[in-house]
Formats: sequence, C-alpha cells, structure tokens
Amino acid sequence: MHLTRDRIIAFAVLLPSLVLVGVFVYGFIGQTVYISLTDWGRGGAALAENPQMRLIGFDNYKELFTGFLHARFRQDLVNAFFYTVSLVIGALALGLFLAILLDRQPRGEGVFRTLFLYPMSLSFVVTGTIWRWLLAPEGGINVLPAFVGLPTAQFRWISSRDQILTFDWQSLPAITAGLVAAVLVFLSWRAWRAGRLRRAFATLAPAILLILWAIFGQRVVPQMLPIPERHGFNLATIGVILAAIWQFSGYTMALYLAGLRGISEGLHEAARLDGASELQYYLRVAIPILKPITLSAVIILAHISLKMFALIFAMAGPDNASTGHPAVLMYLTTFRGNKFALGAAIAVILFLLVALFIIPYLVSSYREQHRRAS
Amino acid sequence: MQFRRLLVAMLVGAALLAAFGTAAGNGLTGKLEIFSWWAGDEGPALQALIDLYSAQHPNVDVINATVTGGSGVNAKAVLKTRMLGGDAPDSFQVHAGQELIGTWVKADRMEDLTWLFEQQGWTNVFPAGLITLLSTDEGIWSVPVNIHRSNVLWYIPANLEKWGIKAPTTWDEFLTIAPALKAKGITPLALGENWTANHLWESVALAVLGPEKWQALWDGTLSFTSPEAVAVWDLFGKILEYTNDDAASLSWQQATDMVVGGKAAFNVMGDWAAGYMSTTLGLEPGTDYAWSASPGTQGVFMMLSDSFGLPKGAPDRDNAIAWLELLGSKQGSDAFNPLKGSISARTDSDLSLYNAYSQSAAKDWQNDAIAGSLTHGVVANEGFMNDFATVMEMFLTSRNAQQAAYACDAIARQNGIGT
Repeated sequence: MHLTRDRIIAFAVLLPSLVLVGVFVYGFIGQTVYISLTDWGRGGAALAENPQMRLIGFDNYKELFTGFLHARFRQDLVNAFFYTVSLVIGALALGLFLAILLDRQPRGEGVFRTLFLYPMSLSFVVTGTIWRWLLAPEGGINVLPAFVGLPTAQFRWISSRDQILTFDWQSLPAITAGLVAAVLVFLSWRAWRAGRLRRAFATLAPAILLILWAIFGQRVVPQMLPIPERHGFNLATIGVILAAIWQFSGYTMALYLAGLRGISEGLHEAARLDGASELQYYLRVAIPILKPITLSAVIILAHISLKMFALIFAMAGPDNASTGHPAVLMYLTTFRGNKFALGAAIAVILFLLVALFIIPYLVSSYREQHRRAS
Repeated sequence: MQFRRLLVAMLVGAALLAAFGTAAGNGLTGKLEIFSWWAGDEGPALQALIDLYSAQHPNVDVINATVTGGSGVNAKAVLKTRMLGGDAPDSFQVHAGQELIGTWVKADRMEDLTWLFEQQGWTNVFPAGLITLLSTDEGIWSVPVNIHRSNVLWYIPANLEKWGIKAPTTWDEFLTIAPALKAKGITPLALGENWTANHLWESVALAVLGPEKWQALWDGTLSFTSPEAVAVWDLFGKILEYTNDDAASLSWQQATDMVVGGKAAFNVMGDWAAGYMSTTLGLEPGTDYAWSASPGTQGVFMMLSDSFGLPKGAPDRDNAIAWLELLGSKQGSDAFNPLKGSISARTDSDLSLYNAYSQSAAKDWQNDAIAGSLTHGVVANEGFMNDFATVMEMFLTSRNAQQAAYACDAIARQNGIGT
C-alpha cells in the first residue's frame, strides 16, 4: 500500500464526512448503547444539568423482557412482528399484482402508474390522518354498506381490543424452536429428495434436538414470568396495516414494473411458443427472474415497518396500546416518562432489529459489487 | 359573547394607553422567550397576554415559542431536549404541581418564587389549597395563569327531559339509570381515547375516596392496594360497562359531540368542554347544555392549572420576572382567562368578564375543597403519569381490578410517589 498523492487527496476529501458520520451516527449509537446500560431516569432528578448515571449492566433489558409492568413492551414487539410480516407480504403481493396489470400496457398506463405511486410521496402523518378519518367508527369505510342498503359495518378499526393467534409469552422460546425445527425438517426433506443423504441427516439432527428441547426444555429452564402472559395479533392493528400497505404497494409496483420491463420480450415469446399460458409465464418465468428485486423490496419494507412511528402516532394516538409499536413506546418512555435509560434500551433493541435486515443486505450487495469489479 | 370580547378589547386598550403613559420610566430591554403549547384555539388568549406585556415593556422583544400538540406531549419533549442541551427559555408553560416539581424542581432547574409571591401579595389572593399544591418544603415553584376543573359532568337538559332522567349525583344513581338508557340504544357515558379514561378514573376515585384519602394516595399514606383503592377500580370497571366501545378512536371533542348529538347521555370532562360547546358549537351555557360536579364529588373542586416558572439560568431573568408578575396580576389573568375559557386562580377576579359556566366555576373555586388532578399533572410526577397510561391500557383490556391496583402500587414505588 503506497501513499500515493491520489490516495492522500482521496483521504483528505473523505475526512470531513468520515468525521461527521463517525461522531453523529456511530458516536451517538455508541452513546445510546452506553445510556441503555445505566440507571438514568430511575431516580427523581433525570433532567438535572449533569444527571447522575451509574452503570447497571443489562438490567434495563432484563426489565423489559421479564418485568411485570413491561407487558406493553412485549406486546409492542409482537405487534412489530405482525406489522412487518403483514406489510411485507401485503405490499409485495399488491405491488406485484398492480405491476403485472400495468405490464399488460392498458390504456392510460401512465396515469395509473402515477396514481399508484402517488401515496408513496405523502408523509406518514398525512397518510395517518386521512386513514384515521376513513376508519372512523361511525364514518368512512364503516358506513359504505349503507349506500347499498346494508347495515353499517361495526368493526372497530383502530380501537378494537380483540386478539387472535394468542400465545403465552413463556412459551415463546418453545415456539421459536418449533418454527426453526420446521424449517430444518423441510430443508432436510429437500436434501433427502435430492439424494444428498449426508446433508439431510446433518440438518435433521439439530431439528430433532430443537423439538425435544421445545417439548421438555420448558420444564428445566426457570420460568421468565411469574404468571402466564397472553400476547397475540391485535385486530386494532389491521387499520394501521391497511394504511401502510396502501402507502407502499405503489412503490413495490414501481420496482416490479421496472423489473418486468427489463425482461426481454424474447423470453416471453419463447414461453408462449412452448405453450405456456400467461399465468404460467408470470409464475414460472417472470417472478423467478424478479427474485433480486423481491429481496431488496423485502428488506426496504421490513426496515420501514420498524419505523412506523409517525403513522401510528398520527393514526391511533400515543396511548392506544393495542396498536402500539416499540418506537412509540420508546418516545413516551424517554420524553414523557423521563426514563432515559429504559428508552435507550428500547432504541437499541429496535436498532438491532433493523440491523437484522440491513446487514445481510449490505453484505450481499457488497459482495455483488466486488464480484462485478473483479 | 360579542359584548364580552368588546369589553376585553377595551380593557386591553386601556391598559395600552396606561402603559404608554408610563413606558418611559420602565427600564426593561432585550428579549423574552416564552415557551408553551398554546396555539390554535388557545393562541388568542396567549396573544392577549403578550400584547399586555408589550404594552408595559415596549422595549422588550417577545419571542413566542410554541410547539403544538394536545396537552403538550410534543412541547414537553422539545423542552426537555432544550433544557438538557443547556438552552433554557426564559419562562415555560408547565402544568402546576408534581409535573413541574417531579421533573424540574427535583432536578434543581427552577428558581424558588416565594419572594415574588410575598412581594406581589399573591399568598393572600390565591387559595391556600392551591399554594400547597404548587409548593414543596423548599419553596413555591410556579405562577398559575388559569384554573380548570376536572370533575365536571356534562349533559344536555332537553335530552335528559326527553328520556325522563335527572343528572345523577352519585355513581350508584348513575348505575341504576344506565341500563335503561343502554336498552334504548343510548350510550350512558361517552368516553374518548386513553387519557380521557384516566380523566374519568380520577373523578371516580375522588368520589370513592373523598379529597383527604385522594391526597393520602399521593402522600404515600394510603396504599394503592388498600381495599378503598381496589374499590375505585371495581367501580370504574362497572362504569366502563356503560361507555362506548369505540372510545379508543375518539378524541375528547368527539366524545362531547356524542352527548351534544343525543347519542350519549353524559360525559365527564374538564371544563375546556364548556369552551368547546360555547365557542365552537355555539351552545348557550345553562340552557343548551348544563353541568354538575361529577357524581359523588359535590363540594370538591378537582383542579389543574397551567403555570409558568422561572428556570435557573434564564437568559433574560428580569424580563421573565416581569412576565410572571403580569401572569399573576388581576389584569393579566382577567385578560387571559375569558378567552381561554378557564377561570382565574385569584379569588378576587372580575366575574362580570366571564360566561355563565365560568362564573359558576369561579364561585365553586372560592368555596369548595380543592383536590389536585392526576391526569393533568398536579398530584403525581411524569414518570407515574406515563406508567399510569400503561396500567390504564392494561385495565381497559383485562378489566382486572386487583391486577390494576397492584400495578399502580408497583409504579408508585418505582416513581417514588409519597417519598
């Protein structure tokens, strides 16, 4: 490595942004992590000029996951999971559907394209306010049936307190183990079918271990909480999910449409010559080719779903726990409840969740660039 | 209404004239930054105060820093980041009582104002019960601009007559008339989003406990797990049976609208509802709509108050003190409150400036026992209030009185209530 003139200049030019990013991004991430390990906000004088902070290790995290009073945080995590899954699946499916429709080049395609993409340009606050009106219990969507003479709908879009798919927080490790085991069994089955016996056994063994642990492990490991605690899918979140899908399906449509237009017409012709129906063409040819686009869309949508603060705040208000999200809870805990360390711990957990999606994406795109460069 | 506006305008005008006469002798210069969440409907009331201040101190440049958002949820977050960053405004709006004391006084960020209270003679014109709520052993911490009442039951007299009922004076009475109303398809008690449930809870608690035991909860002398405190949750749960099931998606105005529109019989809300019904909906207080103390709380005035304090290190301290003097003065509070729809904290305010509701509230303010509001920051610190919202959500879903009582006990300990 030579310190050529070129390199020095490059370094000098990059230095200011490196310093700024280092301080204002990574420095503050570091500070947040540090604060989350302290007791800032447990005493009375959280807002003193020089607040006293003592390191207390992972106490805040332990509190969040096992404390009796933090059931709301745990439900918010469950909500976040359902928000993410529903937004990703909903926006992908609707976006793909719209893209395929537009790919057929209907009349007025340009108008429709703009129309579908338009919600994306709105801020979450605007979307939230509009949908709050649309989903009002005595107005908007609920009164639509009345126009055709039916009784008005009674669904409480963002105020329902009903839960489905409930499970006990205690059994979460067992459920996770069961799900991972199911995936492993599937992989093993695929390997067996492909005739790779060794690989099949190598994946089957941990799956069996996980299943055994899920069944018997619960008796060995001490209970996390003193009493069973039910969490599940809150029906009140459906309204928020609808609004989020509405906002982002246009965006996935644009991604997919670009992908579909990128597929050479020759391929389409070839499929047709081979006797493929249109449906078969999309299912067997186009969608597999669009896989990289699907992957990026999943990552972008998943991390957006972890930042739905503004949408929920505008649509359901700060204290509507049924529609809660860790981001909203973080804001309230920190700036309303003055529990800065606890809020920082929630922030770190959210950060890790986002990283879970972003880092594999960065790694894969970095590798791809590398491959292309070399 | 028109006449009252005119009167206020004339008063302000007179004050302006008087001020210009003496302005030459007033030495204050520089600027004054006041931080509040009064915009929109409340903007004109704040502006009336600022106009008065500018008239008295023409050389001071007043910076009106408002951050909008109901009951200041966003303003408080901005204020906290500013204070932590060492950029204190000269004076800021804060709910009087523990919301101020628990957050800012404990953190040693406020100046004691006892000397100002003595100098201005405020210790005689503000009720003693109010001053107790504003103070700790170390001092008096803020100047109240207005008083709102939390424990008020609102209804439409014409509707009650139609349904053949009377406004209940106890919750037992309410629970006897409620089933018939419900059977007719009328919601007996309209409710809105989370904080309005907290608001209803404090009125219920005051009815069950009475003012002394209510205060004892906050002194730490009455436990949240005591039978009386559990009874509050029990009764509250019974009352919730007669509220609307879409509460969580309604604002407090929409809950009031239910009463006005005849969909609901009653609503427990603070007396800003009077401002909403008189000004926004154009109803006549006393005839179109009526009120009484919330059931079981006759003779008790559960108060909340917006106030301004003096942060340590205020960049323009003298200007800020002049601002506080204006807020506590008869002239200042009588310019502000008729526009805000609240009453003056002073017991000597000019009642002719106020509307029928405010006059009745002012009379009660002078005679009733005073209790502090929980939902609006008087009796408990912000940590407790924040956690209480979570306990309320827990209860609204589970309806388990015992569990809610134990959760309250836990958050009271965590947040140092009564220590």
